[in-house]
Amino acid sequence: MAEALVSIRNLKKSFGRTRVLDGVDIDVGKGEAVVLIGASGSGKTTLLRCVNALERYDDGSIRVDGVEVGFRGEGAERRPRGERELSAIRADIGMVFQLFNLFPHLNARENVMLGLQKVRGLTKAEARERADHWLAQVGLADRAENYPSELSGGQQQRVGIARAVAMEPKLLLLDEITSALDPELVGEVLAVVRRLAADGMTMIVVTHEMIFARDVGTRVVFMDGGVKVEEGAPRDLLVNPRSERLKAFLSRLEMH
Amino acid sequence: MSGAFAFVVGTIPFLWQGLLMTLYVSAIVVVLSVVVGVVFGVLLAYGPWWARWPLRAYSDILRGTPLLVVIFTIYYLLPFAGLNLQPLPAVLLALVMFKTAHVSEIARGAIQSIPQGQTDAAKAIGLTFFQRLAYVILPQSVRRFLPPWINSVTDAVKGSSLVSLVGIVDLMLAAQQVIGRTYEPLPIYLLAAAIYFVINYSLSTLSRRLEARYAYIRE
Ligand SMILES: Nc1ncnc2c1ncn2[C@@H]1O[C@H](COP(=O)(O)OP(=O)(O)O)[C@@H](O)[C@H]1O
Ligand SMILES: [Mg+2]
Repeated sequence: MAEALVSIRNLKKSFGRTRVLDGVDIDVGKGEAVVLIGASGSGKTTLLRCVNALERYDDGSIRVDGVEVGFRGEGAERRPRGERELSAIRADIGMVFQLFNLFPHLNARENVMLGLQKVRGLTKAEARERADHWLAQVGLADRAENYPSELSGGQQQRVGIARAVAMEPKLLLLDEITSALDPELVGEVLAVVRRLAADGMTMIVVTHEMIFARDVGTRVVFMDGGVKVEEGAPRDLLVNPRSERLKAFLSRLEMH
Repeated sequence: MSGAFAFVVGTIPFLWQGLLMTLYVSAIVVVLSVVVGVVFGVLLAYGPWWARWPLRAYSDILRGTPLLVVIFTIYYLLPFAGLNLQPLPAVLLALVMFKTAHVSEIARGAIQSIPQGQTDAAKAIGLTFFQRLAYVILPQSVRRFLPPWINSVTDAVKGSSLVSLVGIVDLMLAAQQVIGRTYEPLPIYLLAAAIYFVINYSLSTLSRRLEARYAYIRE
């Protein structure tokens, strides 16, 4: 495997008394696309949110490019990071959401420009140029002035991708980004992600699209009940599942 | 009747002074309450418990008390707190405190109506807390904030007439004093009512304009 960009060790997270992540280990090499699969409720979203510091984890470690995401200091000195440090860490990790979460009061271009101006410190002209570049990359050059409410779900999600990627993150997190889309709109969004993967963007992808997982994933991780059950090359793992739990999961997917 | 008409016209300068006082009181109350109220609203939505609890109590208590009671309580309590304010500042303080309680609740509700996904997305591009507020949360809250706030502003204009309780001559008291001299209640009250109507009608027109401007979501 290439040099690890992300290394997750013994990650644990509870909501109240419910243990949602129970000691997960995952490595993601530079340029890899690790696909995370698993039944609803298995902890995939929580894992991504911990990686982007949207949730604080209780125990274990997440390092992105050598930096511990949620905490500073080691051992007894370990303390949750403050707001400013977290913001700086999040700026280098892109995330695309199941429900798009575009800013409805801003048009497509402004959605992409916001982080470029306020976080990256680009001038308005520079931000505009880079936003338009990325909107063109996702096939929305002619939609820059449209507000999210004027765009289809597929278009909104492509703006969501442009917004994340324009920040030039080290790592991109995709959480079921096609689950809320009508079937005929799924293809256009996945095509954009395929291209990003081919261009070497490092990503962790949560998806139920198994064909996409097979084509794009350099590795597949199957989670169940907050633990990693199986991990392997997509063509191997998806065709010859070893664990009963993965077999059951895959057969349920085929049935629907 | 033409004699009465002349009387009414002759009272206009006096009523005008009253109107200016009403506008002055309303403006101070509206401006101060919106500034402090939005800060309180942000603290109610995001603040630590030691900021939230007292503000929660403050807002709930004042909103649950008739304005008249608030005014008299503050008016008569102030000296005990070592503050000897003139009648006008004392009543202004009471009006501002009362209105602020309402505005903070309106602001809190507006802020908390914004879905969590907006905060997540704003965090994900690396915006800090104040940037998220300034560029993502507050601009979207305006749409929810405006309608109840304009209601509350028109209430503030009406409530400003309570300064007359401590002898300050606003539009209401000016009208009553004119009536005391002219014995022409109907035209004077009609005129005063018309003025209040014009003020509040302008406000609600302004509010509809603002709402249209912020109606970026075409549902
Ligand atoms: N904010 C939360 N508070 C309480 N429980 C949560 C929260 N978020 C997720 N959970 C619970 O954690 C478990 C894992 O959820 P999630 O990470 O969303 O799984 P997945 O994305 O695999 O469907 C679920 O049982 C869910 O109900
Ligand atoms: Mg999920």
